[in-house]
Amino acid sequence: MLKLEKRPQPSQVWTYLTPLLAVMITMIAGGALFAALGKDPVAAITTIFWEPLFGEFAFYYRPQLLIKGAPLVLIAIGLSLGFRAGIWNIGAEGQYIIGALAGAGVGLAFYPTESWVIFPLMVLAGALGGWIWAMIPAILKLRFGTNEILVSLMLVYVAEKLLAAMALGLMKNPEGMGFPGSRNLRQYESAHNAELITGSGMHWGVVAAMIAVIFAYVLLNRHILGYHIRLTGQAPRAARFAGVNPARLVLFCLGTSGALAGLAGMFEVAGPAGQVSIDFNVGYGFTAIIVAFLGRLHPVGILLAGLLMALTYIGGELAQSNLGLPAAAIQLFQGMLLFFLLAVDVLTNYRIRPRRAEGVA
Amino acid sequence: MTLTKLFATAALALGLASTAMAQDKTKVGFIYVGPIGDGGWTYEHNKGRLAVEEHFGDKVETVYQESVPEGADAERAITQMALQGADLIFTTSFGYMEPTLAVAGKFPNVKFEHATGFKTAPNLSTYSARFYEGRAVQGHIAGKMTKSNIVGYIASFPIPEVIRGINSAYIHAKKVNPDVEFKIIWAYTWFDPAKEADAATALIEQGADVILQHTDSTAPQAAAEKAGNVITFGQASDMGEYAPMPRVSSIIDNWAPYYIARTQAVMDGTWESVQTWDGIGPGMVGIGEISSAVPEDIKAEALALKDAIATGSYHPFTGPLKKQDGSDWLATGETADDGTLLGMNFYVEGIDSEIPN
Repeated sequence: MLKLEKRPQPSQVWTYLTPLLAVMITMIAGGALFAALGKDPVAAITTIFWEPLFGEFAFYYRPQLLIKGAPLVLIAIGLSLGFRAGIWNIGAEGQYIIGALAGAGVGLAFYPTESWVIFPLMVLAGALGGWIWAMIPAILKLRFGTNEILVSLMLVYVAEKLLAAMALGLMKNPEGMGFPGSRNLRQYESAHNAELITGSGMHWGVVAAMIAVIFAYVLLNRHILGYHIRLTGQAPRAARFAGVNPARLVLFCLGTSGALAGLAGMFEVAGPAGQVSIDFNVGYGFTAIIVAFLGRLHPVGILLAGLLMALTYIGGELAQSNLGLPAAAIQLFQGMLLFFLLAVDVLTNYRIRPRRAEGVA
Repeated sequence: MTLTKLFATAALALGLASTAMAQDKTKVGFIYVGPIGDGGWTYEHNKGRLAVEEHFGDKVETVYQESVPEGADAERAITQMALQGADLIFTTSFGYMEPTLAVAGKFPNVKFEHATGFKTAPNLSTYSARFYEGRAVQGHIAGKMTKSNIVGYIASFPIPEVIRGINSAYIHAKKVNPDVEFKIIWAYTWFDPAKEADAATALIEQGADVILQHTDSTAPQAAAEKAGNVITFGQASDMGEYAPMPRVSSIIDNWAPYYIARTQAVMDGTWESVQTWDGIGPGMVGIGEISSAVPEDIKAEALALKDAIATGSYHPFTGPLKKQDGSDWLATGETADDGTLLGMNFYVEGIDSEIPN
């Protein structure tokens, strides 16, 4: 018999090994799932993980990895700060939407003027939009002690309604023959978040994501605020004795994650998506939660996890159209990843020991 | 080398490759907005795909991707199909308009067909169905069958397509029942069984005994069945499993003939960019069997109306008609032009509701 024994300290080795282990178990279980659906499991797994990187059309998919991964990383970095301190912003999806609306709103307000100031203003508006949306749960938490998980989550649905209202009303393309959706920002030079080098997938959102990774790394390792964040998460009582101001921390963590989510939304709406439409949001805010945990709440880990998730998306789409796998199977596959990560996490905190046979009468 | 050039080269290479392969197989791709098992919109498009496979046998290969979000992801999904050598790609939801246009620009040798949109290119056609013709038949049956004189309408999004349907149903219900009243709920979704069921229940609680839906799931049918004594109509697909009650008839999207014809055109090299808008006549809109719950005389009238529309002797939007604000729209005998219908953003006189904005 085996038994679990709590480690005095979480294992350093397993902290790094569990994500890899989770990916491997996911491949095996996913392969079994695909086999059960009557598809060749090896072909499916290689299509998902190999084709986008080294296949025939990798020249197209590699840049797409950046496009798909950037918003995930940007949002997840923000979330990880709060998660480390035990502040749970579940509503990044809403902040993402509001950031996009604010950014696109500024751009559309200037249409058709061309000027270099427009794009920076949109960036500011996007960050501010996300920040304001995240301030709602923050202030309610501080003022009335509400639960930020519930409030931030509920605000996602409010943001979705607002998005639909904007796509159908205020921001609707006046030349769109009454159909919903704004003007296409990709056809408006000053507002377009274009690729910096054609064909590379590098747009300002990718740059912002990289800056965020570095910024978070420095903050957590070199800055007193980062120390406070870590301390609060690990030992809240000790943190209070050490003079950490919990209110300030809530404002900082929710505010930063909101602003970063807002930025992600703004870069998306001005670039890859191009327009404010009813179905603009596709769940980046929620997937980023998986990315944050898959990356161990560590900035570099998040960067890698974001790219991995992007890979499963793009490879998953390939598997769908090439092998005829249903979309639900791909979603299940992605869900497995988080499930197995949480499951094998037990190895980080516990040691598996053979249970010694004790004398039982 | 710029990406455009790269694409052009890749497309050219594929173009050559696919011409070489064209002797044996034409590759046709489909992008779906919902799951193929939605029982409505996507289900019917997928039936069209299967019909193409059956019709052409091994001369054709079809691929599809389901539940593709409308936006940046759609552009990648469409590009991917084009890269993989598709000769013809159908994108089957309005939200794919901009992505389809963008990809069409990069792959001049691939033919694209976008459902329900209005933007075209030399290698991009649009196609849609005149669902409002079917709505006229529904409205007629609804007006005759309602006892409470309240007809509930589950609308999806306030876009011309949906508004046109509401107007058409209302005009024909009102014609046979001057006391009829429409209650409209906007679900802001094309497919969300939970929301659709809620909307249906709310309408029934408000006294509606007929439910029309412009959303794709069968949830409203189930809600009506539970309530009893409420009739419904299948949407996009026949939804025949709910016949004879609550489902008394349906509007069926029949894409198969169009998909087969367009695939044939690609094979023959006669494909041209067109804007197709077909109705009951050419068979793109089908009226599902009117069930035994409808009295014979009403059924006969409904079928006569259907035939009149099919032959073109009657247009569902024939004057005299006024707009909701009381201003004149169509004079006696005048029929609506397609331009007005395509951009319809107003209710006709008598609908006691406002289009959300």
